[in-house]
Amino acid sequence: MIEARGLSKRYGSTVAVDGLSFDVRPGMVTGFLGPNGSGKSTTMRLILGLDAPDAGQARIGGRRYRELRWPLREVGALLEAKAFHPGRSARAHLTALAASNDIPRSRVEEVLGIVGLADAARRRGGKFSLGMAQRLGIAAALLGDPGVLLLDEPVNGLDPEGIRWIRTLLGSLAAQGRTVLVSSHLIGEIARTADHVVVIGRGRLLADTSVAELSARSASLEEAFFELTSGSADYRGTLDSKGRTS
Amino acid sequence: MTTTAVSRGRYRFSHVARMEWIKLRSLRSTWWVLAVTVAGAVGIAVAVGVNTKDAAADLTNNALAGISLGLLLIGVLGVLVMTGEYSSGMIRATLAAIPDRPLVLAAKAAVFGAVALAVGEAAAFIAFFAGGAALPGGIPGPALGQPGVLRAVMLGGAGFCLVGLIGLGLGAIIRHTPAAIAVLVGGVYVLAQFVAVLTHSLMAYLPIAIVANSLTVVKPMAEDQGVFLSPWAGLGMLCLYAAVTLGIGGWLLARRDA
Repeated sequence: MIEARGLSKRYGSTVAVDGLSFDVRPGMVTGFLGPNGSGKSTTMRLILGLDAPDAGQARIGGRRYRELRWPLREVGALLEAKAFHPGRSARAHLTALAASNDIPRSRVEEVLGIVGLADAARRRGGKFSLGMAQRLGIAAALLGDPGVLLLDEPVNGLDPEGIRWIRTLLGSLAAQGRTVLVSSHLIGEIARTADHVVVIGRGRLLADTSVAELSARSASLEEAFFELTSGSADYRGTLDSKGRTS
Repeated sequence: MTTTAVSRGRYRFSHVARMEWIKLRSLRSTWWVLAVTVAGAVGIAVAVGVNTKDAAADLTNNALAGISLGLLLIGVLGVLVMTGEYSSGMIRATLAAIPDRPLVLAAKAAVFGAVALAVGEAAAFIAFFAGGAALPGGIPGPALGQPGVLRAVMLGGAGFCLVGLIGLGLGAIIRHTPAAIAVLVGGVYVLAQFVAVLTHSLMAYLPIAIVANSLTVVKPMAEDQGVFLSPWAGLGMLCLYAAVTLGIGGWLLARRDA
């Protein structure tokens, strides 16, 4: 269970997150949707205590992130692809993280197998493709077998096989009773993967509802998303009805 | 829930130190820098030894001249231990694993400091013996049993470690590799040239002067009397620099967004 309460964060004069409150419940996949720059990544950083909110707070299982006793065994996060040193092997990267939370070495080999990187474990991360880097990031998130997972754009750079794999993985993690929050700008992917959606725009909450309910508001989840966010997209190309840029 | 029950207890310094040790040893650059440092210190000691003509000179200090070259390298390595995390994004993985940020920096300092001290002492002792052995016939080499010699060699290695820690602290404060290296090189080397021209008294407080003219000195030159710090005062000054940079770095690390 993740609880965000009145989260606000500004960077200089830019308001990234603005009084955001929502819950992420266990046992289902919750999609985190919003246009580019709507504050999804910032919200995840606030939940993980990487950035400090200007107001409000986030709790995981009733506690703030910094209060967790073994953070990686309670929360697994994928924030950005390539959040590892390019000169270090995949195995060394995971071994170092495992040591910090007293996770057994055998678990490193296990997660390397789960994400399909067993054969690349000795290679330096800097040589990885974006898809392999994502897999390494997911391996790190799974390392502590955590009950809560936060994944920011996990399908970025994955091939179709990888996208299907992560869809299955997320579903099975949720079925095991875990709390799964996954952001994506691929609405079709969220429509297939998620049970619940939290939609934000310009840092504010626009919807917190089931995928079925939101889809039913319009022709599709995608249409419903565009109607919801029409007033809050910061970066949108302009096309007229004939598809020409105006 | 099928997740395994989270065991009792909480992450401690020893866990963080183990993570930092694995990180440090799993980068090739660590071993390259350390190897070049030792080789450079020994190479310069031999070169200086071979060309020695004055038996009355401070031969121990001469043999340790190469330590100064290594200071820059270990300082840069110290910077990279911190800034490498920022340039790669690894810092967010590190701080998500260990949210206690001062503990992270303390563990980095302990692990990196221990490695730098071990390598610094090794470089100092090997350079001392190699430099002594390279002296021309007729000039007796210094011995560790002579007054002040063991102190000079050991403090040379310690100075190496402390400059590395200053680099680590600067890395934590500045976070960007080129800027932190510029400040390190500026503070340790370039500034020294200017200050030496302007005023001799300030010169005594520069890290490179402390290592070269305080820590590793056995026989102070007559004109340096009263100008440079004594070996122990120099060591104290370097410790103070390392403590201040690491203290500020830790303070900022705990307060800034990652």
